[in-house]
Amino acid sequence: MQFALLIYESPEAFASRNDEIDAYTGAWRSYYKALVDAGVYVGGDPLQVPETGTTIRIKEGKRRVQDGPYADTKEQLGGFTVLELPSLDAALDWAARCPAASYGAVEVRPLAPDMKRRVEE
Amino acid sequence: MTAADEEDVHRTIERIARESYGRLVAYLSSHTRDLGGAEDALSEALIAALTAWPRDGVPRNPEAWLLTTARHSLIDFIRHQQVVLAGEPTLLLLRENPTEATLETKFPDERLKLLFVCAHPAIDPAMHTPLMLQTVLGLDAARIAGAFLIPPKTMGQRLVRAKTKIRDGGIGFEIPQDHELLQRLDAVLEAIYAAFGIGWDDMAGSDQRGRDLAEEAVWLARVLLQLMSDEAEVRGLLALMLHCEARRSARRGPKGQYVPLSEQNPKQWSLPLIEEAERHLADAAKHGRSGRFQLEAAIQSVHAERASSGLIDWEAIVLFYEGLIRISPTLGTRTGYAAAIAEANGPEAGLAVLDAIELDLVAAYQPYWAVRAHVLRRLGKMREAVDAYDLAIGLAEDPAVREFLLQKRG
Repeated sequence: MQFALLIYESPEAFASRNDEIDAYTGAWRSYYKALVDAGVYVGGDPLQVPETGTTIRIKEGKRRVQDGPYADTKEQLGGFTVLELPSLDAALDWAARCPAASYGAVEVRPLAPDMKRRVEE
Repeated sequence: MTAADEEDVHRTIERIARESYGRLVAYLSSHTRDLGGAEDALSEALIAALTAWPRDGVPRNPEAWLLTTARHSLIDFIRHQQVVLAGEPTLLLLRENPTEATLETKFPDERLKLLFVCAHPAIDPAMHTPLMLQTVLGLDAARIAGAFLIPPKTMGQRLVRAKTKIRDGGIGFEIPQDHELLQRLDAVLEAIYAAFGIGWDDMAGSDQRGRDLAEEAVWLARVLLQLMSDEAEVRGLLALMLHCEARRSARRGPKGQYVPLSEQNPKQWSLPLIEEAERHLADAAKHGRSGRFQLEAAIQSVHAERASSGLIDWEAIVLFYEGLIRISPTLGTRTGYAAAIAEANGPEAGLAVLDAIELDLVAAYQPYWAVRAHVLRRLGKMREAVDAYDLAIGLAEDPAVREFLLQKRG
């Protein structure tokens, strides 16, 4: 079963990506290595800061463009990781170890392979 | 009644609920085996108390008041359900002993039976601790779910399923007979210790949740000791937990940093708790029956001696670990043994013990990698040490532990 860990981070966390001291990146580097070593890592990526996002809607045939991310919340999507795991329990264990769990939030969501198959038909 | 008085009454209700919850649920369900029903009836009684007590004053025997009220709603419920076949004998049982209506009688403490029911072999071992936390201490499913890292809805469903099995599966409300007792007691002790372990691991400086759970576990062990004062392992478990509790404030630095046991300042340890632990351990030894929890407590006792001697007798710790490995060679025990060997006989010997543990067992076991990193560093094998540190950091949940290891890793 595949699960996505959706990483939500505060503006402070986004800012600490550029810190000289390695606490933020170091924690992520070790976490990534543990995921790969355990053979559960499928893929994923960090995202640029939310201010770089642009949101598009078509309303009544007109394009609406909004600066910034879709949702106006304090904590924003900062990246995602896809893991191959036997159960939700295992996914929650890995989410708890994620550095963002202690300074932001990590949402665990199962992927929807059935939907994907229907789309790909 | 003033707002302050009302708050007083609320606090009284809260305190009585906490102290009497398990006794009342145990007594109410010992007749019906219906834990869910007993809990519902008790919550209704507590809600009734919130209206009646501020108005009429707190009754002289609040526990008996709650029992009577809960029993009425239980009888109403059974009537309502019209479960005639199952219900009639139950109603008779619930009505037995009419003097209880006078609110004066003491009722028997059935919590020990309840503890054995919660840790019954027919119940999924993963549910032993959650069941105890809910039925004996009255913790709600959402809080238990948080401690066990399980979605609250799932935890709620699993608790209901376990209670249904207790009600319908013929699990007896009884204290097991001699030949069975020790084995069944082990399950009870394990479940209590699991609650403590979760509380302990989660206790990042400010995390009230973990702290509470460790306290609840100590409370459970005290209840158990009250009911089974002759069992050496019950004292062993309590001694073990008290030794750990004694170090609570020493485990974190002023800024919340993680401080490993060997670097803690013994002046910050609680002497009264250590002394209490030592008394229980000495009492346990009088029974001449060693066991897992006494050995684990003995290891903590050796660490506690550093407060007076300034030294750690690692040879003694190695011996206790050898005893533990003979009883239950868990991953935690084997990792702790390796760490003790590394201190007593040198890092080379410690590494050999670590190497003997099958790799697939430890892939996601954080303490193994932390000990391995430490031992490799002492051997000057820096490249391998960094790899082990990476895994120990990546598998850590506690940000303070992560930070500590990141600094060691360099």
